[in-house]
Amino acid sequence: MDPTGQVGQGLKSLIITAFGLMLIVVIPVIVMTILFAWKYRGTNLAAKYTPNWEHSNIIEVFVWAIPCVIIFFLAVLTWQTSHTFDPHKPIASEDETMTIDAISLDWKWLFVYPEEGIATVNELAIPVDTPVHFRVTSGTVMNSFMVPTLGSQIYAMAGMANDVYLEGNETGTFRGRSTHYSGEGFSEMLFDTHVTSDADFQAWVDKVKQSPETMTFPDDYDKLAKPSIANPVEYFSQVSPDFYGDLIKSYKAGHGGTDSHDEHNEARESSMPMSAQAAE
Amino acid sequence: MFGKLSLDSIPFHEPIIMVTVAAIALGGAIVVGLITYYRKWAYLWTDWVTSIDHKKIGVMYFLVALVMLVRGFADAIMMRTQQALAAGGAEGYLPPHHFDQIFTAHGVIMIFFVAMPMVIGLMNLVVPLQIGARDVAFPFMNNLSFWLFAVGMILVNLSLFIGEFAKTGWLAYAPLSELRYSPDVGVDYWIWALQLSGIGTTLTGINFFVTILKMRTKGMTLFRMPIFTWTAFCTNVLIILSFPILTVTIALLTLDRYLGMHFFTNDMGGSQMMYVNLIWAWGHPEVYILILPAFGVFSEVIATFTKKRLFGYKTMVWATAAITVLSFIVWLHHFFTMGAGANVNAFFGIMTMIIAIPTGVKIFNWLFTMYRGRIQFTTPVLWTIGFIITFTLGGMTGVMLAVPGANFVLHNSLFVIAHFHNVIIGGVVFGMMAGFTYWFPKAFGFTLSEKWGKRSFWCWLIGFYVAFMPLYALSFFGAMRRMQSYEQSEWQPLMIVAWFGAVIIACGIACIVIQLVVSIRDRDKNRDLTGDPWDARTLEWSTSSPPPNYNFAYLPDVASIDSYWEMKQQPGGFKRELATKFEDIHMPKNTAEGPIMSLFALFFGFALIWHIWWLVGLGAIGMFVTFMFRIFNNDTDYHVSAAEVEKTEREYHKRLEMQA
Repeated sequence: MDPTGQVGQGLKSLIITAFGLMLIVVIPVIVMTILFAWKYRGTNLAAKYTPNWEHSNIIEVFVWAIPCVIIFFLAVLTWQTSHTFDPHKPIASEDETMTIDAISLDWKWLFVYPEEGIATVNELAIPVDTPVHFRVTSGTVMNSFMVPTLGSQIYAMAGMANDVYLEGNETGTFRGRSTHYSGEGFSEMLFDTHVTSDADFQAWVDKVKQSPETMTFPDDYDKLAKPSIANPVEYFSQVSPDFYGDLIKSYKAGHGGTDSHDEHNEARESSMPMSAQAAE
Repeated sequence: MFGKLSLDSIPFHEPIIMVTVAAIALGGAIVVGLITYYRKWAYLWTDWVTSIDHKKIGVMYFLVALVMLVRGFADAIMMRTQQALAAGGAEGYLPPHHFDQIFTAHGVIMIFFVAMPMVIGLMNLVVPLQIGARDVAFPFMNNLSFWLFAVGMILVNLSLFIGEFAKTGWLAYAPLSELRYSPDVGVDYWIWALQLSGIGTTLTGINFFVTILKMRTKGMTLFRMPIFTWTAFCTNVLIILSFPILTVTIALLTLDRYLGMHFFTNDMGGSQMMYVNLIWAWGHPEVYILILPAFGVFSEVIATFTKKRLFGYKTMVWATAAITVLSFIVWLHHFFTMGAGANVNAFFGIMTMIIAIPTGVKIFNWLFTMYRGRIQFTTPVLWTIGFIITFTLGGMTGVMLAVPGANFVLHNSLFVIAHFHNVIIGGVVFGMMAGFTYWFPKAFGFTLSEKWGKRSFWCWLIGFYVAFMPLYALSFFGAMRRMQSYEQSEWQPLMIVAWFGAVIIACGIACIVIQLVVSIRDRDKNRDLTGDPWDARTLEWSTSSPPPNYNFAYLPDVASIDSYWEMKQQPGGFKRELATKFEDIHMPKNTAEGPIMSLFALFFGFALIWHIWWLVGLGAIGMFVTFMFRIFNNDTDYHVSAAEVEKTEREYHKRLEMQA
């Protein structure tokens, strides 16, 4: 509703344009429906009645032509905007694009900053007016990564490298979430996104670097990947090099091999008390 | 002995479920008691359960659909109540474990066990009569289709109190539906309920496709078929082409879950993207399977009650055919956010918009049918006008979702929920209710109460707008679908408004029940002896209501579109005169093989869900043996003797004369 990123703003005006174009046909249809229903009501014997009239070339031409013309304009709009707002297309900017990996887990988000060598859970910080290349994957079922105020969402899928380019153009804290239903803890799969000045961002990175915790693949990761609901924010001062690549590659071989079905089920069940805590 | 099934599988600790089960058990006991008291078991068995009469099968489909509508609606109002409560940190009254089952069950029930049987029920009742046939092409298969569908319905309802239902969403996206993430029986219930009823649907598709192509009466060329039959034909083409995709997709998921294969798992080369593509390659044609017959109903209703020919019959047919073809090349619009390239997304977006063209043309044609007509505002007409306005709005939001850029922010939000309820309630439900009111007198020989029908319409119409307009609004504030709870307490007022809308819809459903009760009570007052209460246009109205089991003593001869109307316009008009000479009529015999096979299918499905392997074997053998019995059974048809036809027809004419 109130986007603060340039992608989001562009998409908002696209929605309004498409809506306006369609009103050209929708409003007349609704008006005609009510008008015709009133005028040709059975009790209005003054209205013209043509029981066998079933065809008119002129009307046929119009009823085909009007939708065709509107759809033609919408199609052009669709083709152009599909390319302008292609999530995979880098955002043109003087600033250098930074990379962040967004990884969906049961039921939390792990953010890895490969360039800074840090990672966080359920908290995202990005410098203002800097294009960000989000590399998006999943360590569990399908999710969808979205910070509504910034713009486009994209699916997070295990073993798949997906990506979306976004940019925050106003400082502030905004909610992000998984929009794709992923099981029990889905409703609370939320995180804060801090869009900050460059200096504040650096301070935030330094704060994360103070953390004694590390995020190695696969050891630390496997511990984190166990299901939890409304997981608190966590910081990790070190990450394995190419954490993102290793995670994706692990599915090629059969990541399911490291923990059996039974163990996973146990882990899921053990998450129940945590959800109760969250409720309190 | 009982596989995974034990007493622990029954959710004794869930008071909501136990109360529901108790209510269902009580209701069931009363029904069984009444049937026994009035000694109606034999009547039910010979006249309904084993019937191959397409009219009775149609009635049974619709009856099941109405009962399941109540069940699906109960799920809906529970969800609305939960979301009206669970704001700003509150947890509401449904934990995720229960809420997730409810939204899954709601979707599955409303699509597969309400909308589908309504559509198939109307096709059964109407299509053979409209084309001047005495039954469908494969009467036994028709009975079997119904009972297989019933088995799926029973399995879904069993999951309420034995075990649990899926917690995956109605399409059970992999890998969430894989054993690793859904180890419980819920997804297995989903699999076998859809698989068995899906086979029934496929058989129905084949049956009606052949019926419409091969069993039309003399002179009824394709371009003289009533428009409802045309839409039914296109729907059956869609069923034949798309349901096998569903069957195979579910079968592959079954292999993953039962035999440890990796079609859709995260690892070992499985592809969840393949699952999503396949399920929507069926799923998108599916929505047109539902909406096309509704379009057909509106066409019949609007022509009948404006007392005017349908404007642009040929255009209607070609628009329907265009939608049929296009519906197969738009499926990707359900997942623009999966990450396909801009060209692919743009292609599917534009294809989707192109469907809006023939649909728009249809809407204009209905409008120009009203133009210069004499509109009688009966209940079916109210549903039709409500449809035109509501569906146009739903179509507009659909085209908005079809713009990939817009979809990137609207996808998965309540906008999607509001959109498809806008087209499914405004299109399919309104259409089916219009058809229900319109053809009810054909099935039972008396008309439904107009007063309660109109009340139901206004409740549904107002209830729909109150329930779903807030969801459109909420989506712009970031509200997503399938949320058990949400932290923004500022959303709560609109959620409460939406809940209130659901209550108004509840009144609409209550009005339908009251309408049935009142109309049955007053049936003698509303009796229609002519068989043509609306002064209508197509062949089904030329025979008596309810029609004799052979439909037509003599097969009608057709020379035009709206053939029955044309007959009435002849000098002297259409006379319901008694023929002088009657002939034997060749008819299929009722059969118990359909219900028996389906009973074994129920054992088979239930046993597979709970891994009771001996019962799986028993069910499979039972089905096979019954089927063999059917194949080698040559006693499947008989002749209604000329004397009996004459007697039936004479009685009908006596009634007509008495009324005159």
